[in-house]
Amino acid sequence: MKFSIYRYDPDQDDKPYMRDYVLDDARIEPGMMLLDALLLLKAQDETLSFRRSCGEGVCGSDGMNINGRNGLACVTPLKNLAQPVKLRPLPGLPVIRDLVVDLAQFYSQYRAARPWLINDEPCPEVERLQTPAERERLDGLYECILCACCSTACPSFWWNPDKFLGPAALLQSWRFLADSRDRATEERLDGLEGPFRLFRCHTIMNCVDVCPKGLNPTRAIGHIKELMVKRSL
Amino acid sequence: MTLARRRFDTLIIGAGGGGLRAALQLAQADARVAVVSKVFPTRSHTVAAQGGVNAALANVLPDNWHWHMFDTVKGSDYLGDQDAIEYMCRAAPRVVYELEHFGVPFSRLESGRIYQRAFGGQSRDFGGEQAVRTCAAADRTGHAILHSLYQQNIRARTHFFDEYFAIDLVKDDEGYFLGALAVDIASGEPLLIEAKTTILATGGAGQLFRTNTNALINTGDGMAMALRAGIPLQDMEFFQFHPTGIAGKGMLITEGARGEGGYLVNADGERFMERYAPNARDLASRDVVSRAIATEVREGRGVGPNRDHVLLKLDHLGADIVRKRLPGIRDMALTFLHIDPAETPIPVYPTAHYTMGGIPTDRHGQVVVPVAQGAEEPVPGLYAVGECACVSVHGANRLGGNSLLDILVFGRAAANHVIAQLGEQRYHRQMPERAAEPALARLARWERPGQGESVGALRDELARVMEDHCGVFRNEDVLREGLDKVRTLRERLQRAGIDDHSRVFNTARMEALELENLMDIAVATVTSALARTESRGAHSRIDYPERDDQRWLRHSLYNGADGSMDYKPVRMKPLTVETFPPKPRTY
Repeated sequence: MKFSIYRYDPDQDDKPYMRDYVLDDARIEPGMMLLDALLLLKAQDETLSFRRSCGEGVCGSDGMNINGRNGLACVTPLKNLAQPVKLRPLPGLPVIRDLVVDLAQFYSQYRAARPWLINDEPCPEVERLQTPAERERLDGLYECILCACCSTACPSFWWNPDKFLGPAALLQSWRFLADSRDRATEERLDGLEGPFRLFRCHTIMNCVDVCPKGLNPTRAIGHIKELMVKRSL
Repeated sequence: MTLARRRFDTLIIGAGGGGLRAALQLAQADARVAVVSKVFPTRSHTVAAQGGVNAALANVLPDNWHWHMFDTVKGSDYLGDQDAIEYMCRAAPRVVYELEHFGVPFSRLESGRIYQRAFGGQSRDFGGEQAVRTCAAADRTGHAILHSLYQQNIRARTHFFDEYFAIDLVKDDEGYFLGALAVDIASGEPLLIEAKTTILATGGAGQLFRTNTNALINTGDGMAMALRAGIPLQDMEFFQFHPTGIAGKGMLITEGARGEGGYLVNADGERFMERYAPNARDLASRDVVSRAIATEVREGRGVGPNRDHVLLKLDHLGADIVRKRLPGIRDMALTFLHIDPAETPIPVYPTAHYTMGGIPTDRHGQVVVPVAQGAEEPVPGLYAVGECACVSVHGANRLGGNSLLDILVFGRAAANHVIAQLGEQRYHRQMPERAAEPALARLARWERPGQGESVGALRDELARVMEDHCGVFRNEDVLREGLDKVRTLRERLQRAGIDDHSRVFNTARMEALELENLMDIAVATVTSALARTESRGAHSRIDYPERDDQRWLRHSLYNGADGSMDYKPVRMKPLTVETFPPKPRTY
């Protein structure tokens, strides 16, 4: 099986280049994922660098651009991939090395969304109550694994990664706005005012298309916009 | 070149649930706390915990902490320390309520209270009917907890060193621990972090075994650092094999699947757990269920063309329960097996899962070592929590739902103890001039040009040897041969080399350092397993099939310096209640 992989080591290389790799077909087993192939390629060339951890799509480490589309290597089946499989780092962020990108901007927008429960009322001795229906509103929101596939597929984020929060962070905004236990709706919405932070979303929906967990940031952003409109009336 | 240095009150190594719970407690107490993690915090392996966290909230059925304590002692095959177990089970409801206040999106009952499900080894009234004690956020409880803890830490302004790899602990000649040397993975630059106290929270060592449920980062780094610093490792022979890893692949299928009503069948379609555990059946302790599956397969009743696994049936639960209560394992089965568990049973086999042993600590998380021939004493400046530690609350076999509890309770307890200590220790101890040199040498060793064997090949060989020689069933000959093999592999690693000498994000060097850690832990595990000539909990010796309380109701201590074994008594006396004396263990 043939691969073409983005390589760049600022310690050694003047500029990035694509390097071809061949994986012996005899080593490919049915059901193999792209990460399995990458680990085999790394055994051939240990200078090939990428992040990985859980291998089952829950930790979010191995987001990369696979044949032009962002995804997680560990849950991308090899057999569906056109050859040579072109692997590049997630687009729009500085590259540290090979398939490893600098996620500082992504994390900083995540923090800017204030992704924690705000409720200054005195805590009860036991749990706060929440009905199953209220809890169900968080389904499709809390499962985000911060892999950055969505935000780095978003043209609005490419243009304004410092000003537009991006789909991942906005999904978190809505996750807390939607939580019946949170009391900070007003200040959360205040924080999203202005032309950039929220409103740079032009519903291109690349985020929905690539999310490896099947989440829908565009819908979440739509809900926030509705809240904004409601409160301005 | 001068070595970069930073100073904090407390250094935490590891950003899973244990490290983050400790960090949060410290940050909220205004301590200067730094968390070093080789991966971004939400990539830590706590994220993969599925089924839930045990606490006797009694939201579904009557329950109390004392029953939880009994189950945990029995589950540990009486090797757990009963003072620590009492402490953990009493603290459980409080730490779970705290999590809820932090924002964890627990699933809910109609009453609006936290959803709880049945899990293995749980009973009401000291061994009676099944209890319902495991608090869950669908089957993504670890993810929900880890993300909420990380979020609360950002809010509390904990200082994170993301993607820094800890090389070794640093101590002075008097044995005080003064921090650690870490390397910034992105730049390759070393950083000496000075701290009045250091908390190890580096997780387990599931990568010892070829087929495991663990993340690739679970290489036992903290345990190996402790060994190199002269701390023994406790009870390393007890490694948990989870009954339901996806056969041949290893991904975890939560015990919650059986808690929700799923059950195991063999090739004859027989619900075989009825023979092994007539009362608890599929919800017996993990060691019991794993042995039962391995026995079914050994005796020719396995499923599939190679008769090498059994099936976990969920299809009778209905699509609604599967989608609502087990959405994560449904996704996993669809992704990796192309089957919907609401329609088709999942092929499963016991899979390496959890390191019961680890760095010996007391119930405050302080690392303790025996002094001369006398009683054990705390090591100044060093704590350990979570899977890398051995408190010991899990003894010879951990109950499902008790590991998330362990990290929360002892992460918090260790932090509280540290906070009290910090009040008395206002200044950092003097760091001796050359204190970091051994750690720097360890790092420099991999800069030698690579000519020897490859690190990756040795890692694969180690994982195969451990699987073949230290699996669910063990005996003298197989273990002895295994010990020779792992020792040889460890020597071969000293002659291995790497091809990557870049400073920038050098994963080859990191993997070499991780394999060094795994090698030391492998030797510790097999040595301890060979020495213990009885069967208890997860340690099943075919040649010594009975538990032997006369000789072996004691903890093992493996010394890294000379590979020798030492032992210490189990703490049988709880804090306030009566001791649960050892009894035959049936489910």
